[in-house]
Parts: sequence; C-alpha cells; structure tokens
Amino acid sequence: MPPLANRSAGKPCYNSSFPLGRAVCKLMSIVDAGLADAATIAKYEPVIGLEVHVQLKTNTKIFSASSHEFGNAPNTQTDPVVLGLPGALPVLNRKAVALAVRASLALDCRVNRYSQFARKNYFYPDLPKGYQISQYDKPLAERGLLDIDVNGTRKRIGITRLHMEEDAGKTVHDGFSDSQRYSYVDLNRAGAPLCEIVSEPDIRSSEEAVAYLNELKLIVQFSGASDCDMEKGQLRCDANVSIRPRGQKEFGTRCEIKNVNSFRYVKQAIEYEIARQAALLEAGGTVIQETRLFNTATGATAGMRGKEEAHDYRYFPEPDLPPLIVSDAWQQEIRGAMPELPPAKRRRFVAEYGLSEYDARVLTLTKAAADYFEAAAQASSRPKTAANWVQGELMGALNAAGKKIEDSPIAAEELAALIKLIHDGSLSGKLAKEVFAKMFAGGKSAAEIVAAEGLQQISDTGELEAIIADLLAKSPQQVAQYRGGKTGVIGFFVGGVMRATRGQANPKLVNELLKKALDG
Amino acid sequence: MDNYRELTIDSIREGLKNKRFSARELAQEGLRTARAENASSGVFLSFCEEKALRDAGAVDRKLAVGEEVGALAGVPTAVKDVIMTEGLKTTCASRMLENYVASYSATAVKAIEAAGAVIVGKTNCDEFAMGSSNENSAFYPVRNPAAPDRVPGGSSGGSAAAVAAGHTPIALGSDTGGSIRQPASFCGTVGVMPTYGRVSRFGLVAFASSLDHIGPFSRTVKDSATLLGAIAGRDPNDSTSAAVPAPDYAAALQADVAGLRVGVPKEYFAEGLQAEVGAKIEAGIEKLQSLGCEIVAVSLPHTEYAVAGYYLICTAEASSNLARYDGARYSRRSERSETLADMYRNSRAEGFGAEVTRRIILGTYVLSAGYYDAYYRKAQQVRALIARDFASAFEKVDAIVGPVSPFPAFKIGEKAGDPLQMYLADIYTITASLAGIAGMSVPCGKSSEGLPIGMQILTNHFREQTMFNLGHSFEQAGGFCG
Repeated sequence: MPPLANRSAGKPCYNSSFPLGRAVCKLMSIVDAGLADAATIAKYEPVIGLEVHVQLKTNTKIFSASSHEFGNAPNTQTDPVVLGLPGALPVLNRKAVALAVRASLALDCRVNRYSQFARKNYFYPDLPKGYQISQYDKPLAERGLLDIDVNGTRKRIGITRLHMEEDAGKTVHDGFSDSQRYSYVDLNRAGAPLCEIVSEPDIRSSEEAVAYLNELKLIVQFSGASDCDMEKGQLRCDANVSIRPRGQKEFGTRCEIKNVNSFRYVKQAIEYEIARQAALLEAGGTVIQETRLFNTATGATAGMRGKEEAHDYRYFPEPDLPPLIVSDAWQQEIRGAMPELPPAKRRRFVAEYGLSEYDARVLTLTKAAADYFEAAAQASSRPKTAANWVQGELMGALNAAGKKIEDSPIAAEELAALIKLIHDGSLSGKLAKEVFAKMFAGGKSAAEIVAAEGLQQISDTGELEAIIADLLAKSPQQVAQYRGGKTGVIGFFVGGVMRATRGQANPKLVNELLKKALDG
Repeated sequence: MDNYRELTIDSIREGLKNKRFSARELAQEGLRTARAENASSGVFLSFCEEKALRDAGAVDRKLAVGEEVGALAGVPTAVKDVIMTEGLKTTCASRMLENYVASYSATAVKAIEAAGAVIVGKTNCDEFAMGSSNENSAFYPVRNPAAPDRVPGGSSGGSAAAVAAGHTPIALGSDTGGSIRQPASFCGTVGVMPTYGRVSRFGLVAFASSLDHIGPFSRTVKDSATLLGAIAGRDPNDSTSAAVPAPDYAAALQADVAGLRVGVPKEYFAEGLQAEVGAKIEAGIEKLQSLGCEIVAVSLPHTEYAVAGYYLICTAEASSNLARYDGARYSRRSERSETLADMYRNSRAEGFGAEVTRRIILGTYVLSAGYYDAYYRKAQQVRALIARDFASAFEKVDAIVGPVSPFPAFKIGEKAGDPLQMYLADIYTITASLAGIAGMSVPCGKSSEGLPIGMQILTNHFREQTMFNLGHSFEQAGGFCG
C-alpha cells in the first residue's frame, strides 16, 4: 500500500503506518467452563438482540463528496473531510438521509421529524477525527418491526431504532514487509454512509436470528436503500446474546459478539455463545458483560480484554451539524415512492397468482427473481407453470452457469413463449426442456429453435394413424398379445410411435389412436 | 512610502488608482516592516513573500489593463495561523503542527483573495487559539506594539499587533470567547466577532465548534466593515453558516446614529472592573449619548455564570476537536513509540502545550459518563439562559455597550501562573460568544500608562450594520482617542 502522501497530491506530511500496538486486542478468556451439552442448554432460554450495519447506496460519502466504491486502490477516495484535516467540516449527504428514511419506513419505523448527530469519541487509527459522527439520544427512526417465519410459526421482532452514522476506515495488520512492527490504514471506506438497525431483544434462537437477518436484508434490498452485499461489507452484524433459566423473567448478563460477517457465522457464534454461557452458569459461574470476537477458524468466541476496551465514548451533540429535520412532506414523498416490499409481494403472489407460500417466498428472494417471475407469469397467463419453470429449470441452469437472474440469457417474455407452446400442445414437457436448454445456451427464441429443428409436436391424426397402421402391420405377434388380453404391451406400441416420430408425437393423442386401432 | 503604516483600504484604492504606489510595492513594504521587527515583536510565525508578490503582481496587471478589481485589491493582509492557507504552513502556533502545510484554503481566505487581498504572512497566536495573552504560542510570545513589555492579548494577538503596528491595514483573526475583541482592545485596533454563522468556519482549525468565528481586525471601522462584507455569507461547506443575505456593510455605513437605543448592562460595571477602564467606557457612552443615542440601563442577570458555562462547553468541544492530532497521519508523531497507545500518548504529550493539555483534560472530564449531566448539560442550560438575557435586552435596545476586558494589557509573565484569573477576565466577551450575537471592540482612549482601552459594542444576531454604524460614528466623533 503506498503512503497516503503519494496518493493525494498536495496533502503533505502523511505517515503511512502506525506502530502495531499488539496490546490493542489482547485475546484472553477469563473463566473457561467449556461448552454445555444439549440437555443443559435446553434448561435455558437464549435472549438475543442484533445490531445490523447497512451501507447506504449513495455515490458519495455521508459527509463529503468522495466516492466510497468498493475495491479501489487504498486511500484514493479521500478529501479533507475524510482525512480529518484541520479545519474540515462535515456536510450531510441528502441522498443518504433519503435512503435511511426509506429503510426506516420499509422496516415500519416511525421517522423522527427531528433527529440529531452526535460525536462518539474514541481513538483508533482508522478513525481520522478521533470521533465517529453518529446519532445517539435522538436517532432518525424508532419503533419498527419485522415478521419472521421459523418452523411454520410467524413471529414479530421489534426494531428499537435506526440511526445514521459514518463508517470507519480499514486497518490492515498483515501482508506488508514490516507488518511485524506496523499496521496500515486504508481510508477509502471511512465516511461511507451507514444506518445501524438495532433490534429489540426479542430473538430466542440462532434460527430466529438468521431468519431475522434474512428478512431484514431482503426488505432493505427491496427498499433500494442498500444492496446489502456482504462480500463488500455492505451488511455487518453484531449479536448481543444472554441466556436465562426457562421461566425466569429477568434477562441474564449479555455479551456482544462482533466481527460476524456472514449469516452462517452468526448462527455458529450464537450457538457457541449459548453453550458457553450455559456451561458457565451450570458450573456456578457468572457471565461477564463484555465484547467478544468470533473466530471463523475455530467457530468460537473469545473475550476482548484490555483497557482500551473500557470505553467511555463521551457522546455529545455534533456542533458542526444542525439538527436533522425530516419534514412530513419529505417523508410522504419517500413513502409514496417506496417499491413493493417482500411481505406484501409474497401475499400478492399467493392471492393473485395462486402460488403456494413456499413458492411465493422462493420467488421473492431477490427483486430480480420476483420481477422475472411476474413478467413471465403475465406474458404466459400461466403463473403456476411460470413459477415452476423459474424455480426449476431456470434457477438450476443459472446456478450451474454461475449466473444471476438479472443476467439470464432467456428473457422472461421468451420463457413465457415457451410456456405457451407447452400449454397449446405444441411441445411436450420433455421436448420443452430440450428447447429450454438450447435457448439458454444459444440465446434463440423457442419458436426459432422449434422451427429450425422441426421439433413441433405431431398432433396430426392422419399422420399418426398412418404410422400406427404401419407399426401394427409389422408387429402381428404383439397385436395378438394385446388382443389376447395383455393390454400392457401398449407401451411397446407407444415406444414404437415415438421412435418413428423422434419423440415428437403428442403422447396423449398417440394413446388414444393406438387404443382405437387395437381395440378396433 | 512614508505613510504606509497609516494606509486604509480606501487610501490604498485611491493610491493604486492614482499610481502613487503599486500593489507590489505595498506588499514589499508590508513584508519589510514586519520582517524587520519580527525578531523583537514576534507578530508573525511565517511570511509568504513569493505568493504575496505574485498576488500583488496580478492586481497590478489587472489595474494596468483597466480590469475590474475587488474591494480588497492590493491590501496587504495578515492571517492568523489557525486559518488554512493552501500551500502555506498553518501551525496553530503548536509543536503538533509545526511543519504542517495546508492542502486547501479556508473559505474566508478564498473570499479575501478573490477580493484582491494580498496575504503577506501568518500571525502568531495562542496555541490552537487557547489563551488570552498570546503567551501560549509554542514558538514565541507577541509583544504589544503600544508597550513591548506587555502582552497583545489573545488568542489573536499576532493579528491585532500586525494591524496596530501598521504591518498590514487589515488582518483575519478568530474569536471563540473574545480572541478578536480582547487583543483589539489591548492593541488599540478595531476587532469584530460577527454573528455565529455569518462567516464560514470551513478551514478554521476548530477549537470549540459552536463558538468559533473568523473575523476582521483593522484600524478603522469602515475597513472592518469592508473586510466582513468580503467574507460574510452562506458556505455550502459549513452547515452552520447562515443563509442570511450579507449586505455591503461599508457602502451602507452611516454616521448618523441619533435615536438608536444603547443598553448599558449593570453587571458589566460591577466589582472587578478596573476604575480607569470603567471611566473610559463611561466617557465613551457619554460620547454616544452626545451623538443622539438614547442610553438605557439593561440587565444581563446570568452573566455571573458565563465563565463557568463557557469553559465547560469550550473545553468539552476542544477535547473532541483536538483528538485528530494523534500522530497517525499528518500531525507530529513521537519517534519513541513502540505501541499504538505509546504513539498516542507520546505524540500528544510532546505536541501539545500546557494550556491545550489542561483544556483537553478538563473537557474530557466534563463529557465523561456520570459527569455529563452535572457539567456539560448544565453549561448548555446556562448558555440558553444567557442567550435569553440578551434576547430580552434586545427587545429594549438596538445595541449594548460595555468594556471588553476588566483591565488593559498586562505585563508578559504577569498572569501566566494563574489560569483561573485569566479565565475570569474573559467575562465581558464570552457572554456574547455564548449567545452567538455580534460584537466589536473599538478603541476608546488610553490608560494613564498609555495603554489602549477598548469599548465593546454588541448587537443582536445579524445586526452587524447597526454595530458598524455606532462604531463608525464614534470614530468620526473622535471617540477612538478617548
């Protein structure tokens, strides 16, 4: 990573690195009672609250005009505000507010007309100003909710608050020749706009936690507030976990688990933490309120200890920014432009297209899939067939090809054309799959492929009758068997007709005509 | 150029027009006088001769071809070293930023440059603008041009002294709790703290964000009006700058102030005010009365809480604003650090002076869990009460007049050992800072020892015009000479 100074002309005297200070994150376990077994765990009820950071989909940072695009050369997306240069001042990005309001409304939060930014003070090299501009006692939005389905049961999870804040930069501890002594900082991400969504402690299992995260991610994605691409760090999660003996009203002492960046790890981390705390309580110990890090390699959590962690953030209102006012009119405008969200879309797919709950859920996993399905359903007027084809053949082929539905080589209207050919009897299901494969590979329409390869289903009675007559004449032995009562040999004749027509004969018609000819 | 030290913006405009001198000659003369005396005066921390001559040359070329020039064309200007000037060192008079070169210019600097001002150097001040005597500069103190054994006041002591000594006719300073008005009073110049939000703070190194202002120094009221006119206005880079139209104060200047109601707060003439200062202010008030102003007794009952409230708020904000000087990027880094915690500790211990350190510690304490309500929140309540005091006073009067400082310039070293006494002396200036209103110091005579004494004129939010009119008529009537 080049030194900051070389990256931004005219910005003098940058130090590119800082002493590593291994003392920052000393990992150690205080008391270790191991992990509890299933029977012990069952005696306790977990209480879980989640804090989710979502990066808002803006072009520029929350308080300045630099881009926060992912994956660019380190320290190329900076300016006096991002670098925390003396005299620089933040200016709030209006689009970021609009997107945060969108996310708030999508999560059924009440948007506060008046909210305020506050400074969260702490020292770390990836935090250039020595404070993070966040919101504290007057957040943007409060009291939201979200429904999850786990094991066929619907459950409502409360959302305490949604507030806006700036992201920090990234500290890189490894990969440099002097990594033993120094760490490096990349400030491209510093100042990226985030909203933090804090749930009520309503979650009671790791499954519920994952269901909550999936639903939250889906709703925020559909709202357009964020792409929630976890690989780019656009959605990050901290989990607060405590347990209490079943039946007890009071909450136990909670631990906050940080550094969990996939839903699978959230599940693992929560389960580990439940088992750890259960073992601890069972052994007569007490849970210490602390921040713990999840280790993806071991699947375990470990306490972060060190005096740097005894934080007093000394929050106070940010004097550089006036209070944030979201007028009713603006809120209404954002609400009016809100796209249909997954819960409503699912309900509508069930009601309007007669889909099962399951199909409706699968088809609303991404906005692109839902849009694709709906276009195919409408163009074909066969929503159930469209649902089956989208979920089955199309998703399968896309997965195999490593493609997203947005990049499907078959447009929804073309799939609809194929579905129509099936329903009007022009193509058998089996042939349709062949045609689909060719469409997927070649980008030609169903009609073109059918015409080019002469794949139309033969439903011409006269043509089929001639083939049948010929077959019967060549197979006197089987005819005799059939007429002697062994009607099962009809399969032999069906196969013969299909072979003769290269599979294009309409099977239903073949059966009818065969019976007519044989039964005479 | 024999009258260089008496030049004003108007006389410079006239002289350039009549080709009595060129902008280049003005810049050279300003640099010459300032440089020649700097070893003893300590007024400047750095000079920018190359840039000054380049900028002056540009003004001369424009004049030569008859091109339109700005209101400050060719005017040598000094800028306090807490204001960003692209390509020039901006040290905040601190070891922490000893070698820091600004990568961008403050909005106010861009504005004066656009108006044709020629910046000749950066002026000394108290470190990070924290202090009332300029003794907190990490480099050297400034001597008062009126009495070299005395302080020029602070924190903008260098800017006040530059103008008082005649190195530049105008200067930019910054005022958080009196840092323009008090040194103006000590040095015998005009010094203006505009309404909070009147001038962009973008590029002003933050000390206490909710209290910081950039403002002018000059020898005449009209020059301050011209300079403020050039820097006032909404700035998209400063969310706290106000979208209130900025009038041309100098053009609108009126010497007729008859009928204006001038309030005199009884709390400003109580115990602690040196008799000689009180007498000069009272004479000044009589002068205003003789100009037709109606003098009205007013009360600002919460004044006694102002010092405590101010020092809680400004230190709290400072503790956060100065966190960025951590040794990680552009600020001084201690070389004797093996761990991150050491780097922070050593860099800050080496980089910050005693007063800055004291304020960071106090501010950190004020914001700490368990103390916030007792200190910071309480201080905000005091602030609201003081603002209310002024609001009700301004229902009755157009302006408020009183002292700037309880005493004239004191001797270097005289009060350095007693920070609390220094804080208490800010009483008359910090009230206006807390209320966010406009304030100005104008000279109103000298003490028996020949030390300048300043009179403070305060007006309500965005009523700078009234303030300038009062100051201007006072000046025209000979009030500056007492």
